[in-house]
Amino acid sequence: MEVAIIKYNAGNIYSVDYALKRIGVTPTITADHEVIRKADKVIFPGVGEAFTTMEYLKSNHLDKLIRELKQPVLGICLGMQLMCRYSEEGDTDCLGIFDTEVKRFVPQKHEDKVPHMGWNTITDVKSELLSSDLESRFVYFVHSYYVPINGHTAATTDYILPFSAALHKDNFYATQFHPEKSGSVGEIILQNFLHI
Amino acid sequence: MLAKRIIPCLDIKDGKTVKGVNFVNFRDAGDPVELGAQYSEAGADELVFLDITASHEGRKTFTDLVRKVAANISIPFTVGGGIYEITDVDRLLNAGADKVSINSAALRNPALIEEIAKNFGSQVCVVAIDANYENDRWLCYLNGGRIPTERTLFEWAAEAESRGAGEILFTSMTHDGVKEGYPNEALAELADKLHIPVIASGGAGKMEHFRDTFIQGKADAALAASVFHFGEINISELKDYLRNEGICVR
Repeated sequence: MEVAIIKYNAGNIYSVDYALKRIGVTPTITADHEVIRKADKVIFPGVGEAFTTMEYLKSNHLDKLIRELKQPVLGICLGMQLMCRYSEEGDTDCLGIFDTEVKRFVPQKHEDKVPHMGWNTITDVKSELLSSDLESRFVYFVHSYYVPINGHTAATTDYILPFSAALHKDNFYATQFHPEKSGSVGEIILQNFLHI
Repeated sequence: MLAKRIIPCLDIKDGKTVKGVNFVNFRDAGDPVELGAQYSEAGADELVFLDITASHEGRKTFTDLVRKVAANISIPFTVGGGIYEITDVDRLLNAGADKVSINSAALRNPALIEEIAKNFGSQVCVVAIDANYENDRWLCYLNGGRIPTERTLFEWAAEAESRGAGEILFTSMTHDGVKEGYPNEALAELADKLHIPVIASGGAGKMEHFRDTFIQGKADAALAASVFHFGEINISELKDYLRNEGICVR
């Protein structure tokens, strides 16, 4: 199976590479349009800032390419947020795959710290990415912006308010959390993705 | 619900874990990758690897070790020690670390915090503070607790947050190694003054100490070394205990 990890100016790409190798798949980290288009699975990871990352994607015509992909695509963290329509981070127009916006967490009380960092549970899981045995399991999050619950929500997490821990629409899947850093639960999720 | 985190800390010298490690069934008790994997398996939520080598050669060995940890362990980990400038951070993150912990370098050059936050995001930047309670105040120390400064815990932690620190790791020199519990009063005050997570460090001797630092100390995470390394506290038993005490753990 050919798995392409989209290479762009974001951190943590190698964590996904390592995680896939641990489950026996060696991905190609690439920005080459042809290689990405031909891959069986595409992963769009990301840690970084929305506006500068979107500008980078546009200047390399990766924005159009990602939108038009037909194989299963998995966006992770910033990757998921960039797959939405608009992000409050940097007032950024994003890829528009999921017709929803990305908002900044607003603390409601003193204990509400931003970023949301650490292990939290996923509930109401659906889609083949998140098998039912993953209901209420802990996964690892690090983020200051969130996607509200919407028609594409495939899992919910509660921090300050209930938000989308995962999204799914057609061949596009996305997680706000980091499966590559989520221990054995994360490995199951990556394996599920490879089996779609 | 966001879980309270349990973080074992491994001191690394020339690529090996130091401080006695009293585990059985190890091919090499000093192998940090194997030890880290064991902790991860037992339910540790994150790991911290502190490089205590002084030599240039040791730094290279440590970077190689970070690569091996990243390849073998599927939970987040922080690295600290020997980080003086942004190129050190870049090197360690590229090797696969998720966060870096800076201590003396931040006290000497507070702008380093801003630089790290700007280049890699606040979530990458853990500011570690070693402080000792003396003359009715918490005084910050440099160089692993050897050199006192003029700075005090609460004002330095607040400045670190305002400069872009993502977390504060507070080690009480007064409590460290004594095994009579974490400095919960100071931790609770930190939690009230700050808007970023606080990691409690120094003083864990028994499971109750973890409960107390999460409840009384309002800590987001608790770090310990020897109680885990010597097998005095087993992480999965600790998690069961905390769960029974009504604390949310993974």
